[in-house]
Formats: sequence, C-alpha cells, structure tokens
Amino acid sequence: MRGVSELEVGKSNLPAESELELGLGLSLGGGAWKERGRILTAKDFPSVGSKRSAESSSHQGASPPRSSQVVGWPPIGLHRMNSLVNNQAMKAARAEEGDGEKKVVKNDELKDVSMKVNAKVQGLGFVKVNMDGVGIGRKVDMRAHSSYENLAQTLEEMFFGMTGTTCREKVKPLRLLDGSSDFVLTYEDKEGDWMLVGDVPWRMFINSVKRLRIMGTSEASGLAPRRQEQKDRQRNNPV
Amino acid sequence: MNYFPDEVIEHVFDFVTSHKDRNAISLVCKSWYKIERYSRQKVFIGNCYAINPERLLRRFPCLKSLTLKGKPHFADFNLVPHEWGGFVLPWIEALARSRVGLEELRLKRMVVTDESLELLSRSFVNFKSLVLVSCEGFTTDGLASIAANCRHLRDLDLQENEIDDHRGQWLSCFPDTCTTLVTLNFACLEGETNLVALERLVARSPNLKSLKLNRAVPLDALARLMVCAPQIVDLGVGSYENDPDSESYMKLKAAIKKCTSLRSLSGFLEAAPHCLSAFHPICHNLTSLNLSYAAEIHGSHLIKLIQHCKKLQRLWILDSIGDKGLEVVASTCKDLQELRVFPSDLLGGGNTAVTEEGLVAISAGCPKLHSILYFCQQMTNAALVTVAKNCPNFIRFRLCILEPNKPDHVTSQPLDEGFGAIVKACKSLRRLSLSGLLTDQVFLYIGMYANQLEMLSIAFAGDTDKGMLYVLNGCKKMKKLEIRDSPFGDTALLADVSKYETMRSLWMSSCEVTLSGCKRLAQKAPWLNVEIINENDNNRMEENGHEGRQKVDKLYLYRTVVGTRMDAPPFVWIL
Repeated sequence: MRGVSELEVGKSNLPAESELELGLGLSLGGGAWKERGRILTAKDFPSVGSKRSAESSSHQGASPPRSSQVVGWPPIGLHRMNSLVNNQAMKAARAEEGDGEKKVVKNDELKDVSMKVNAKVQGLGFVKVNMDGVGIGRKVDMRAHSSYENLAQTLEEMFFGMTGTTCREKVKPLRLLDGSSDFVLTYEDKEGDWMLVGDVPWRMFINSVKRLRIMGTSEASGLAPRRQEQKDRQRNNPV
Repeated sequence: MNYFPDEVIEHVFDFVTSHKDRNAISLVCKSWYKIERYSRQKVFIGNCYAINPERLLRRFPCLKSLTLKGKPHFADFNLVPHEWGGFVLPWIEALARSRVGLEELRLKRMVVTDESLELLSRSFVNFKSLVLVSCEGFTTDGLASIAANCRHLRDLDLQENEIDDHRGQWLSCFPDTCTTLVTLNFACLEGETNLVALERLVARSPNLKSLKLNRAVPLDALARLMVCAPQIVDLGVGSYENDPDSESYMKLKAAIKKCTSLRSLSGFLEAAPHCLSAFHPICHNLTSLNLSYAAEIHGSHLIKLIQHCKKLQRLWILDSIGDKGLEVVASTCKDLQELRVFPSDLLGGGNTAVTEEGLVAISAGCPKLHSILYFCQQMTNAALVTVAKNCPNFIRFRLCILEPNKPDHVTSQPLDEGFGAIVKACKSLRRLSLSGLLTDQVFLYIGMYANQLEMLSIAFAGDTDKGMLYVLNGCKKMKKLEIRDSPFGDTALLADVSKYETMRSLWMSSCEVTLSGCKRLAQKAPWLNVEIINENDNNRMEENGHEGRQKVDKLYLYRTVVGTRMDAPPFVWIL
C-alpha cells in the first residue's frame, strides 16, 4: 500500500502538529517549494490496489484526512461556505447565551467551537500581523476567530511583552480596540488602503482584510477614540 | 448560394438565438459571416482572456448584450488567488469608447470595481440589465451609480458576490422616475437596508417580477412588500424570524395568498421554521424552491412544506433533509428536473446527512430528473448503477462524496463501475463531477462513453497518466477540464497538444506536471496561454537548482487569439 511505503521512506509523521500547521503551510525546512505550497494531495491518501512509487516529497500523516482538512474541499462556493460557517458559529453562540453565560469576552468553549468550524474554511485565512517596533511579524488565522474581541485577545496574547509592559492586563480585553492603549489596530484592505479595525461588520472585515498592523497611536493621530465614535454613531443613527 | 437579398437572410437569422447555432452559421460562407456579424446582438465569451474587447467590437459592431466569464471554476473554492485577474474595467472602457449601444451585461467570476460600475452607468443610455454572479471588488457605492444613472434599468441581479456593504443609501439612489424594474436581487448584501426606500421602489415598479431580499429585511417589511407587489413571480425571503407582533404575521399570510403568480421561492436566510406554514397556500404553484441557505429549516417543517409542492421542477436543499426527506421529495415532486443537495455540517457527518439511499430514491421517483449536484457521506457502485438505470437522461451529474478517496462503503471497491454505468447510460451527459476512490478505469469508461461531455471535474482520482489520456483522446466535445490532486503528469499533458485548441481551458493543480513539461507545451502551442500560478514563492522557481523537474502547483491553460495578457500579477507566470 502506498501509504505504507511512504512511511518506510522515513519521514516522520506528526499528525497533531500537521493539524495546527495546515493553515500555515508546511514548514518542513528548505527543500522544494512544492513542499511548502502543497498541503495534502491524493498521494497522501492510502488507496486500495494502486501502485504509486514512494516519493521523497513531503506528505502529512498516513491516515486519510477528513474532507475538512483539505484546501478548497469540499467544493463549496465561498459565499455559501461563509454562510454555513457563520450559521454554525451563531448556533454555538446562541447555545452559549441560552445557558445564561453572557460574557464580554467569549469564553474558551465558544472559541473552540468557532475555531473548529472556522478552521475548516481553508485558503486565505491567514494574514500577517506586524507590530510597530517589533521586527518579526506573526500570522493569525482570521477564520479561527468569530469577533473583533476574539481577534484582539489573540493578538494581545501574541504580542504580549513586546511593548515592555510588565503587568499582564487580563482585565482589559479590549485594549486594542477601545483606543485606551498606546496602540491602534489597523488593517490593509483588498484595495490596498490602511483602515482602522472595527468599523465594519465582522464578516465583511474578514473578507476584505489582507494584513494587520498594530500601529502606535502617535502615528494614528486624528482618529477619535473608538468609544466616543460608537456613541456618536448611535446618536446619529439614521432610520 | 444566396438567392435572397441580405435583409431576408438577416431576418431568418433573427430566429436563430443560440450562440452555438449562430457561430455555426457564421462559418458557412463569407457572405453569411458578414450578415451574421452585423446582425449579432448577443455575444457570449466563456473566457475573457480568449479575446480582447477591440477585436470583439470589430467583429460585432451592433453588440447589445455581452456575457463575460473571468476566473476558472476552481476559483469558487479558493484555489485561485484573489488578484489573479478577470478585470472588467478594460472591457467597459473599450465598449464606452466605441459608443456601442450596450443594453445587457452579464459577468461571472470577474473583478468589478466601483469605477467600472460608474463608467458603465454613465456610458450607455439604453443600459437595461446587469447580472453579476460570483464577482468581487465593488461596494454598494458602485450599486448607487447604477441605480442613479441607468434610467431604463430593468434588471439588477446580484448572485453570490462579495460586496463591501457601506450601509449606504444605494436603494434611495433610484430616482422617483424609475419604474421599469423587473428584477431586483440583493440577497448577497450583508448590511442594513433602507426599508423605506425599498418599499417605495417596489411600490412604483409595477413590472417587478423577481425580488430577492437580503437578511436585513425583516418579516414585517416582507409583508408590506408583498402587499405592494402581488404580481411577484420569484421571491427571495430575507430574514424570516418569528415576530412576536402577530399582526405582521397575519398581514403576511394575507399578502401571500394574493401572490398567485409566485413560482419561485428562495432565501430564508434567518428563519423561524414554524412560520413557514404562511407559504403553504401558494406552494402548489411553486416550480422552484431554494432552501440551501436556510440552515434553520429542517425536520417536519421542511417535509410539510415540500409535501405541498407537487409541481416542483427545481429544488436546492441542505442535506439536513436526510434520506427520509428525499424519499418524500421523490414521492411528491414528480416533475422534478434539477436537484441540488448541499452539506449543512462541516464539523463531520451527522445522522441527518444523506447517503446513496436518498439518491436512489430520487432517481426512482423522479423520471424527469436531468441535473443533479449531490453532496453525501457515502456511495456504492450498486446505487450508481441503479440510478443510471432509473435516469438515463442526465445532462449534469455532479457527485461529491465529502471524504476524498472514499471507496464503495459496502464492498470497499473503487467507484469506477458506478460512474461507468452513469456515463454509459446517460448519452446526453454534458457535465460530470467525480469523487470517491477512483482508478484509471473510470477514465477509460468516460473516454469510451461520454461522447457529449463538455465539462469534467476530477479530484483525488486516477493512478497514472493513462487516466487523463483516456479522457483527452475519447471525449471529443470536451471544453473545460479541471483536475486537482491527481497523479497526471507531463506525458498526459503533452500527448496531444492540438486537443487544447478544441477546448476552452484546462486546469491542473497539485498534479504531477513539471515546469519543463509546461515550458515544452508553451513552445509547441503559441496560441495557448500557459499560466503557472505560484502564490507562495513569487516565481522563485527558476532560482532553484532542479528547475525543470519541479512540479507545478497550479497550471491553467486556455486558447486565446490575443496572446499573453498584460494584467497578470507577479505570482502568475505566463510561459
């Protein structure tokens, strides 16, 4: 069986790691560009009665992956997929609220559910995040988040300690979004413009965001603090 | 040869409307070519890079209606990077410059900007119909220009586009003098809608036949809209949440009863299923029902609704309907021609998913079935053989078993025989999508029997180059071949280069073709655009030592009369 012969070639299989790595792309070190670009192919799936020569190229796991782990599979249009994913996230959210556990920051369980659901939507989910003053950027999976609060929390966890603050401010999860910190979260949209994160509905945001930047507020001068903006908008909301 | 004056021949040609027929006419002789040219009003261009607008206009100066398709089909599944191409602006600019009397524009998988929409709206006085399917790149500001400037707008049909909703007032940009609307579909918009402007617009559009609302239109607004438009034929319900205000619901029920022309129902983007009974009175007239976005409608409410729809010809549904539900469809909808069953749960199959039993039931109960798209958890050869026997009239057969490479779940055999039975029995089959465990054998069958096949989608299938060769050699009418994650390589790719002249395009991703193979192909066939799409490395392919033997991640080739396109982004390498 092909799967077995590939195992014998000697590449180690780390299914758990591969699950996490899927969105980031394979980083099996150097080698042909193909290894980095391809995630899973037919060669990785054991099949009955077929002879395929063992390849030195990479593969992930000998067990057949579920359909949801493959890029662009199942073949469902993006629009429909988004609707499906959002429905499932909303169902989970409603289930949470139904239990009377309404929290400002969505709790871990919901995050897990939406991560599971959103992680299935492969493709252009990962965007670069750069922070002013920090040389090395990170990448975050937009599809694994269900709201701005969610995303802000992840980013704060990623870049914690980079600003030189020593105390962990767990109690203020909205630091990046409410204009009270030294930093402002911005993003580059499909048209190449840099915009402040938070103005548009979440779904629309994840469809147009190309990259993120945590900008120092000194650079983002002229922007009203978010809380004030929201209050103004509510007051002036047209019918 | 021509015993009649040109005007008479032209008059005869007017009755020939299909693109294929008109193309055939133009090939008969020089004189017919000329007459056909000047009388052609509708042109269909399946690949916007196969030709350019200047040449199009030179040949068809009297163009009134244009259909353009941009990105390849697999772009729908995120396999084509956003910036790949398919820009409509150069087309609109050229059409505007030429002063052609454009009235209809239909675009699929193209990049449309607000700028192009604005230009479109200002350049063509008689512009009537805009249909955008799976497009992206524009916002509601672009829609505002269309609304404001197209004085005779008849159709504004937005299907599954990615539109930045600026929550603006685009609906109120329709002037009060605009009374010509026949189609208004904005279901794919995510933002709020100005309900007052919408109601006024619908009220002053007596010809409105098709209205599809987005999720921001609540039930009480729906009731008011239906009162204004009892002549409606095609309705897309937005939000259908249970309104505690029962007066709205009563109004809705009364309004629905008056919509005796209603034939097509869709939407229910957010729905309270127990309100569905409001629609029961008109269900017996429905020929088309699309509940594929209505995740909350399932179980007994769904079944009850369907049991009222005896005249249904087209049904799009989620797999939460289950095999039992499909049996109800099979026994109720004897006129069914097209069925699509979409997956409802990506977290891993639940009990309510559909299996081969549902498919067999449908095939047994619906003799007129000719098009099917079926997502399911499992399949067997025996089921497919039965389906083929029951329904030899399939034109489109698309089966997607959710787990790649899954064999017959009873015998553990590949599904070659099942699909083989389908292609053998269905002599008119034009479109086929394969899935499950498949060897070269299935392609042998396809090459042998699928004589009318025009489009074939292959994923995770086959063993050797022979598979692809069977298809290329056998399917004489093949137009679009798209392959992913299958072990076909240079041998198959290069075997018969002239074949690609008869096809619109070939897509191969995560296969075995190499860079040198593609280069050789490009050399042999200068009339092809051979594109290598390599998003990750920005064409650092050449810098690596083993350049020629590198496997190409994504290959897209298509015939063209205008050579290499100039608008390709850096990660697309045109050989």
